[in-house]
Order: sequence, then C-alpha cells, then structure tokens
Amino acid sequence: MHRNPSRPMSPHLTIWKWGPHMLVSILHRVTGTGLAILGAGCFVWWLAAASTGEESYAYFVSWATWKWALIVPVGLSWALFQHTLSGLRHFVLDIGAGYELQTNKTWSIMTMVGALLLTAALWAFIYWRAAA
Amino acid sequence: MTMETPLSQVRGLGASGEGAKHWGLERATAASSLILLVWLGVSLLRLPDLSYLTVTSWMRSTLVAVPMLLLIFSVFWHLKSGLQVIVEDYVHEEGSKLLWIMVINFLSVFGAAIALFAVLRIAFAGTPA
Repeated sequence: MHRNPSRPMSPHLTIWKWGPHMLVSILHRVTGTGLAILGAGCFVWWLAAASTGEESYAYFVSWATWKWALIVPVGLSWALFQHTLSGLRHFVLDIGAGYELQTNKTWSIMTMVGALLLTAALWAFIYWRAAA
Repeated sequence: MTMETPLSQVRGLGASGEGAKHWGLERATAASSLILLVWLGVSLLRLPDLSYLTVTSWMRSTLVAVPMLLLIFSVFWHLKSGLQVIVEDYVHEEGSKLLWIMVINFLSVFGAAIALFAVLRIAFAGTPA
C-alpha cells in the first residue's frame, strides 16, 4: 500500500485547539510508550537482578533508590496511573458511551486529576512507611 | 459466490483488511494486566521491605510465582500490541514500518523471556543458605 503524496494530509496536531480529551489521548500514547520501554526495562532489570544474586540486586537497588534518579520511579508510577485511568476511560468509550461533549471533557480531566492524586498518595504512603 | 451482504463481508476489517483480532487482544490483555498489576502493587506494598531476601523468598511461593508469570505474559503482550499501533499510526513508509514492528516483536519477546526465566530461576532455586 503506497501513500500518494499528492493527496492532502489530515491537519493533525498542529492545527487543532488543544482540549482535555485531546491531551488525555496523547498522554495515553506517551505514557504507554514510556512504560513499554523504560517501565518494562526496569521491571526486567529488577527481576533479573533478583534472580542473579544478592550483589546484582544491591546494584539495582542502589540505582533505584538514588535520590537524583527518583524522577524515574515517581514518573513511572504516575505514567502507570495515568495510562490505567485513561485505559479505563477507553473501555467506556469502546462500549459506545461517554461521547457527549461535557461528559467526555469531564472524564478526560478526571483521569489526569486522578493520576496525580494517586501518585501523590502512593509516595506519601511510601515516605510515611519509611519514616515510621 | 457468497450469500453474505457486502456490509457483513467488510464488517470488522477496516482499511487494512485485518486488525479486529489485534484490537480485541489489546483490550483483553489490558484487562488482565490491570488485575495482575493491582495484585503486584498491593503485594509489594504489603511486604515488610523490598530487600533481596524478602523479595526472593516471597517470589518462591507458587501463589506468587504463577501470577508473576501470567503478569509477564499479559503485560508484554499488551505493550507489544500497543507499540505496534504507535508504529502503524506514525510510520508511513511500508519498509520501515515492517522493520520497526519486527524490532518491537523481537525486543518484547526477548524482554519477556528474560523476565520469565528470572521468575522461574528464583522459584526453583530453593531456599538460600
């Protein structure tokens, strides 16, 4: 299948006015790609290190808990929450519900607010446990 | 000659002539990954710590190792399908599209294999000294 370059292209991202539904769609793809590459990579590293022995596990932990790299676990947990919540939104859209303009906008915003709240709650819990 | 109406012949096929099955599997693995990741997250938060001994002795149990294996299957299948959709949507040249999908397939199977082997290795290793 060849694309005919003389045919017009859909205007795509550059021309539309940004809205929450558009942002949440892009976020779903960005977080999904990030989780698939960085998230799965770290997950495989964690398992491989645990199966290799105490030394390689300690090496993994030294990276995973390094304070200057904390953006990675925090970012990955946010990405997972965002992708999960917008994924749940997609399940609703897949059955044909939630396309009314206001409903669609509301739930788009809710996935983003929810992801931030869940990330904050998770790390508050982790810090509270570490301090206790 | 087929007795099917033209509409029923094309229903579910889309412009590429395939993909309905891929679409369904992406949703199915999304649902199974969701269940298994909630299990993993809750389990990890319930462990006293994430030290080597705690994690490996926890993963040695059948009721942990088996869900872990299922989680790896589910998550890697889902990420393979998802990355494929990204490539299909944004890479327009047929040759490089095929190449990228092959790279995605190879790397996701490779990653899944390492993860599966690691879980089995921990599970079968026996109690450390």
